[in-house]
Amino acid sequence: MYKYDNYDQAMVDARVAEFRDQITRRIAGDMTEDQFKPLRLMNGLYLQLHAYMLRVAIPYGTLDSRQMRMLAHIARKYDRDYGHFTTRQNIQYNWIKLEDCADILEELATVEMHAIQTSGNCIRNISSDQYAGAAADEVTDPRPWAELLRQWSTFHPEFSYLPRKFKIAVIASSEDRAAMRLHDIGLELIRQDGELGARVFVGGGMGRTPMIAPEINPFVKADDLLSYLEACLRVYNRYGRRDNIYKARIKILIHEIGADAYRRQVAEEFAHVKTLGIDPPLAELERISAFFAPPAYDAANVEPDRNDPDFALWLDQNVKPHKQAGYAIVNISLKPIGGIPGDATSAQIDVMADLAEKYSFDELRVTHAQNIVLPYVAKRDLYTVWQGLRDAELADANLDLISDIIACPGLDYCSLANARSIPVAQKIATRFADMDRQRDLGELKLKISGCINACGHHHAGHIGILGVDKKGVENYQLTFGGSGAEDVSIGKIIGPGFDEDGVVDAVEKATEVYKALREGDERFVDTYRRVGLEPFKEAIYG
Amino acid sequence: MVEFRYRTDEVTEQPSVTLDAFLDQSNATAVRLEPDDDARALIPFLDRLTLIEVAFPKFRDGRGYSAARILREAGYQGELRAQGDVLVDQIAYMRRCGFDSFAPEASLNPDAVARALAHYDHAYQGAADSVVPIWKLRHG
Amino acid sequence: MKLLTGNDLVSGAVTWWTGNGWSLHVEDAADVGEHGEAILHAEEGARRVNAPYIIDALPTGDGPRPAHIKDRIRALGPTVRTDLTLKPADPAAGDWII
Repeated sequence: MYKYDNYDQAMVDARVAEFRDQITRRIAGDMTEDQFKPLRLMNGLYLQLHAYMLRVAIPYGTLDSRQMRMLAHIARKYDRDYGHFTTRQNIQYNWIKLEDCADILEELATVEMHAIQTSGNCIRNISSDQYAGAAADEVTDPRPWAELLRQWSTFHPEFSYLPRKFKIAVIASSEDRAAMRLHDIGLELIRQDGELGARVFVGGGMGRTPMIAPEINPFVKADDLLSYLEACLRVYNRYGRRDNIYKARIKILIHEIGADAYRRQVAEEFAHVKTLGIDPPLAELERISAFFAPPAYDAANVEPDRNDPDFALWLDQNVKPHKQAGYAIVNISLKPIGGIPGDATSAQIDVMADLAEKYSFDELRVTHAQNIVLPYVAKRDLYTVWQGLRDAELADANLDLISDIIACPGLDYCSLANARSIPVAQKIATRFADMDRQRDLGELKLKISGCINACGHHHAGHIGILGVDKKGVENYQLTFGGSGAEDVSIGKIIGPGFDEDGVVDAVEKATEVYKALREGDERFVDTYRRVGLEPFKEAIYG
Repeated sequence: MVEFRYRTDEVTEQPSVTLDAFLDQSNATAVRLEPDDDARALIPFLDRLTLIEVAFPKFRDGRGYSAARILREAGYQGELRAQGDVLVDQIAYMRRCGFDSFAPEASLNPDAVARALAHYDHAYQGAADSVVPIWKLRHG
Repeated sequence: MKLLTGNDLVSGAVTWWTGNGWSLHVEDAADVGEHGEAILHAEEGARRVNAPYIIDALPTGDGPRPAHIKDRIRALGPTVRTDLTLKPADPAAGDWII
């Protein structure tokens, strides 16, 4: 994975000093909160429901054991001994003090980590495929491109006061494991006539008005990409709406002027920007790519012993095939039945760090489904890894099953929320605690958001749950048929909302309808798409 | 009031006119751009202008950063001034976008400004200033 | 009744105006009546509170109970981690929120 050179290190160190200075001036009263807010947001610091919350960046979800141990250390020293992994591959700490923030960032900088631009109206963490470098279907590893974009977008002087936040995802396979089409800009790396380039999608997003990003350019060459993105961002910065924060994302601009008009404006701006010489030479992409060379694989192709039935179940559910013979991709579930989705204690984080160091060439990934991946595990080591996970309560064999729920922190943690999301997730997981029942239901991506901002990606859930405030009482709307994968679709609300127990019952009824009507190896979402809403509505509303 | 100016030439005496007024009358040498004005409208006239003032009614409205870069990219060499809700912590990015003078509504502490401008020795990306981006330092 | 609440600037902790200072505990919160805005501006200006705002609450035998569930969660802590709330040992604390 990428390693900082002196320049990269100098940038994060300077950022720490700058933010320390800004914090000092805020505390001394040289700045109002209104003036300080965009600055602290651009350093990932929110003022949240209970305390300051710090969102630390995990660039394209990749980190090593040293960095993972630092995250555990931060949780212990400055927070309450746990962290929350997010739907953008970052980690959040919920109990931060402003007076500690500069010290936290200083410690993070010693292991090449930061909280730069993880919030604010700027370009956020570039996300990517959690199986990058390990998946057989990728055209190339997308992460060097993500790193190139990370550097381009960091402290970008023109695009730090955009109309709204800006999220970019990069993938390199036709299977979309990063919800790429639901980003402000989504890039799919492809080969055309032997040359590597990107299909560019612009204008996706969830939130209040979910939209699937239209294709704006079928192929942009590697050495044009930064100029092209510069043009995309400049058009947005100039013409995105600033009159209404709920209409300020680029998806609204493209929806209002049309993809054709946006494409034309970008083409014009690109023709101009290209003359400025801002694209790095291919040598820079090659320099970065060298850090992502395959690890020194050395394991023979040995199938693991399936004697232990619990191990075998975990193997079948959580372990995915690897491009390299003898190796496998391990998914670590942070969704224990009845637990808090995406949370990990500092002790668990340390266990994952140790396992990665010993058994995954010292690398881990964070997924947008709030789980962790060990991308390079030799099959001969799988049993040992599983035992280590099991002992740390990290071995739930529920990847992509109904209890593998994506849930935002919700009203328990978030001042934007209208309803709690975590208790709903806990109740649903508990209702379906029987693993045979879960496996019988198969792949069922259930996603819960505590408010319309959709940080839980409910629009992209096969089953989505949206928490709303109904006259001061928490209420939950159910959506069916969403997907963040390559079969991307926005879920539809099925009818009137429910209280907390009601929505759990409704979900259960929906799964009963699915079991009654499914054909072949249809997933829940396939059956729903085939038979439509009526049978489900009838069962749920009677 | 211009508080910070990073040019050695004389300050222009002429008051700036609005973009519409400028496009109507040809002899003004100072123009003021509001956030929703199109900076490119000035491109045919850049060599006549000694001052372009870009208004920042609210510091969060970042359109002026694009306006500034567009003008510098078009070859404008006169004074490019950020006026309005201009705060210490935006000046560094504004400089990178080509602004070389600042007329903040509320007075700024010069020490704070000097510190703000001195934090970063490098930049990752090319902009309107003369800083060589890091990728270029890496590859020559 | 009206309560004035905010966060401590430096620690980030949720705080409640008691009438002559700031407390971590909503039980200590005073009814600011019509004077809330004036107190808010004075305290914010002096940086004794950050991001303050005024909420509705009902007086009860155990002290003020914020009218909205969000403010009750804010007053006590996350319902899903009672160990992290202001009353980790009190099994009835969760009922007070709901």
